[in-house]
Parts: sequence; C-alpha cells; structure tokens
Amino acid sequence: MTNMNDLKSARNPVARHVRDMPPSGIRDFFEIVSTMKDVISLGIGEPDFVTPWHIREAAIYSLERGITSYTSNLGLLKLRQALAAYVDRVFHVRYKPENEILITVGVSEALDLALRAIIEPGDEILYHEPCYVSYSPIITFAHGIPVRVETRAEDGFRLTPAMMAERITPRTRALLLNFPNNPTGAGLSREDLLGIADLAQQHDLIVIADDIYAELTYDGVHTSIASLPGMKQRTIFLHGFSKSWAMTGFRLGYACAPPDLVGAMMKIHQYTMLCAPITSQEAALEALKRADEDIAAMREEYRRRRNLIAATFHDLGIPCVTPQGAFYVFPDIRQFGLSSRDFAYKLLDEEKVAVVPGTAFGPCGEGFVRCSYATAMADIKEALLRIERFTRRLAKT
Amino acid sequence: MDELLKLLKQNALETPENLARMLGLTPDEIRGRIAEYEKRGVIRGYQAVVNHDQLDIDLVTAVIEVKVSPEREGGFNHIADRISKFPEVQSLYLMSGAFDLLLFVSGKDLKDVALFVAEKLATLPGVLSTSTHFMLKTYKDHGVLMESHDEYERLKVSP
Repeated sequence: MTNMNDLKSARNPVARHVRDMPPSGIRDFFEIVSTMKDVISLGIGEPDFVTPWHIREAAIYSLERGITSYTSNLGLLKLRQALAAYVDRVFHVRYKPENEILITVGVSEALDLALRAIIEPGDEILYHEPCYVSYSPIITFAHGIPVRVETRAEDGFRLTPAMMAERITPRTRALLLNFPNNPTGAGLSREDLLGIADLAQQHDLIVIADDIYAELTYDGVHTSIASLPGMKQRTIFLHGFSKSWAMTGFRLGYACAPPDLVGAMMKIHQYTMLCAPITSQEAALEALKRADEDIAAMREEYRRRRNLIAATFHDLGIPCVTPQGAFYVFPDIRQFGLSSRDFAYKLLDEEKVAVVPGTAFGPCGEGFVRCSYATAMADIKEALLRIERFTRRLAKT
Repeated sequence: MDELLKLLKQNALETPENLARMLGLTPDEIRGRIAEYEKRGVIRGYQAVVNHDQLDIDLVTAVIEVKVSPEREGGFNHIADRISKFPEVQSLYLMSGAFDLLLFVSGKDLKDVALFVAEKLATLPGVLSTSTHFMLKTYKDHGVLMESHDEYERLKVSP
C-alpha cells in the first residue's frame, strides 16, 4: 500500500526555477564581513547620508496626525501629481498622474511588476552586465529568459546598439537598461541611446529604464530614453527615492509608462502589495519640495569622493574607468593574478577592507572589484591607504 | 564659497595631494591657492576643535552680553577693538537686538571671569551694562558634535 506521506516527502516542495537559482554572489561574502570587527567597508550599495531631516520630520508629522491607512493602489494622488511635475522638469517627459504613474515599494517592486506584466513564459529579456544582482533572477522568477549583453572595461563599459542588436531574436520582448550603472558607474551617450531607441522601435520592443541613479550624474546631464522621440509609448521608466534622497529604508519607488502598461502593473500590484506604505509616501511628498538643494549637496560630496578614489587608483597603477555616475568604481585588478573573489577575500583578511568581487554582478565582472564611495571621506582615505599597502605586497610576490 | 575653502573648513589638515585629487587640480595649485588666501587674510588661522569637557583642567567659559554707547565717530568699532585686546576674550561680535556686543570669555574659574567683568569690562568708559551667562556643557562646537551617539549601522555589504 502506498503511503501518502512518503509520496509527499519524495517530492521537493520548492519549485524548480527557485531551487535552481544560485544564491546571491554577495551573500556569503556579507556573512563573513558581518562577523569581523573594525572592517572598513567599500561594499555598501546605499548612501551613507541619513535622509534629510525635513523629510524624516514630515514622516513623523504624518504619523502624529494619524495618517496610517492604505492609499489608492496607484499611490496618493498628490504624490503622483508632484512626481508628474518632477519628471517633466528633470527628465522632460510628461505623464498623467491619473493613469500613467504607479507608486511602488522601491524600484525593486516596480521592476518586478514591469517584468511580470510583459513576460509570457519563454520570452527573452535583454539586459547588460555587469549589473545589479537582481536583474537576471527576477526575469527568471517571472518565467522569462534573461539574455545578457556583456560590456567591457576596454570600452569604458559602453553599451552599444550593435551589441544589443546581436542578441535580439523573435522571442525578445524587452530591453532592460540601467544607467548610470551599478556597479561600473558607466553612463550611456546620447548617440548610443538614440541607437538603442531605434532598435527598440524596429523590433517593437519595450524598454525598461532603471534610472534610479539619474540625479547622481557627475559630468553632464542624464538623458532618459523615455524622453527620446517615439519612446514614451514603449518605455517603462523606473525611478525612486532611495539613492538621490538617501531614503533606502523608506522603500519607495515609482513607475511611469503608458496607461495600458501601468494598468497591467497595477493589476499585479493591487493583488499583491496593495499599496506602498503611506508614511513613505508622505515623506516622498516632502522630498520633492526641496529636491534640488538636497540632491545637489549630496552630489557635490559624491563627486569629490569619486575624484579622489578614481585619481588614487590611477596613481597606484590600478586601471579604473572614471565613473560618470552612481557611487561606485570598478577597478581592474587582473594584473595581480588573483580572481575577483580571492582578491576580495585576501584584502578583507589582510587589511580589513571590504570590496565586492566583480563576479557578483555577472561573469564578465571577473578581474574587477566594486568599491562604493557612499562612505565617509575619512574611511575612503584609510581604505585607499590599506589597498595601496596590499597591492604593493601583491605586486612584489 | 570656494570649494577649497569649504573643504579646509571641514578639515584643515587635509593634504594638498588629496585636495588636488578631489578638486581635479595639482598639489602645487592647491598650495598656491592656500598661500594666496593666507596672504589676503581670508584664512586667518588653523585650530583644533577640542572637547574641554573631557580634559581635567580648570576652564570656564561665559557668554557676556554688553550694552555700550556708540561713539560719535567710529560707532562701535573703537570700544569693540579695545575689548577684543583682552586675552580673556575668545570671540566678540556686534549684535542686533537688546544688547550690542556679545563676548565669549574664558577663565580658570567663575571668580576669575567675574573679576574680569567687574574690574576690566564693566569699568570701561562707554560700557553701560553687562549680563554674564556661564556655559555648563558643550554639545557642539564649530559644527563638530562633542559626543558621539550610538550610530545606526548600515549593512556592511549590500547590492
């Protein structure tokens, strides 16, 4: 007689596509770093600034007034109106607050919704590596097929239309762009942006633009692909408060897209998340009131740190593409004959400096490490001294 | 304000090499510009910000509001110059409002400061009245917090 319990236990309760997903490349590294004392970490992917006080105060005040309810699924209308004005002013794209903007729990949720809204099982999504650790996994979780395009240090991690065109197939559904880029700090030139827009139009593709680091652009001004002729109708523009306003823990992002796409994303959002936390939405409303001053102050500080860290790597003879935005540098450590992982572990062990192995951001990150400069200037300087000592020793052996 | 001055106000000990990297200049250009600021008197000195509460020394500081009668020629400048010559006076400002001059005065104890006020300050011709407030504890000085609070720590590695 067959025992039902035996049958059940014989079957793995975890879905295959989840089971087969490798854990994040930075997870085990994080475990080791977090047990060590006196580590200077250049491994942090969030601002070291605290959210500006007037924004925190607005969140506190909303709690005092008892504003603790759900909001509309799309998010507070007054916040969507303020965002419509901000996106128009800064990114030069007009979205209707009524049906073209959706407030989400961070850009992470917005990206997940976008992918789930457009992917049918087996659809291919093109994205570029090295990139943020989540892209490939969440495409897979949405039953899509992640197709990577590798950018190279030799080209300044430039993404060209030709590189993308090579990987387009009849199953390609969308292009996922992230500039300024985590982890390389690379930007995208207007020329390449126009070429990629052409490509999207030719092949009838959707573009998902993760522009989370847009305001942290140090040379020139960021152009969003959504603002190019004919692109608004096929772009899902993603942006949020975490990086530019130092509001990571508030978990607040938003998506702007044509009504049918926002409607589709909203359908998933309303059945899963319902709405973004109202306290965070109230805080975001305040953030938009003094956006330019808050951001300018932080951007200037990041710019000085970028200059220091990039120039120091240069002086040490460690090649490093000068980042155009975000708060990361991605130096080339191939001359030391260690893998990214070994380099990072050895540096941590010998000098107590944490950097993230480049391979965490895709296989083509091998030979590189990511150093975040979202860390106090004094710590950056000390970390650079330790890296200098460490690499001098490596060069001798 | 010039970016170089901003950085020096944050940390006057920053090396010309690092300042040069941050601002995209050469170390010699940085040295030249600092020398120029010093020559013009824009930069008037460099000091350490010390937390006296941690030191076992006799030091009290008082903030003193002073009303004076301005002179026909020179206004407040003459009397202010005279008061600022006393080594006890650390800082001196001309103020708007209910009094005219604000002084920061240091001495080794209350009596020391009180004597300075009674014998030297209040007796100056032109000084009409004084009001002395003793400082009890310093929380912040020159933009620097005197006590570090337990800071919330971010995750040490994050994507």
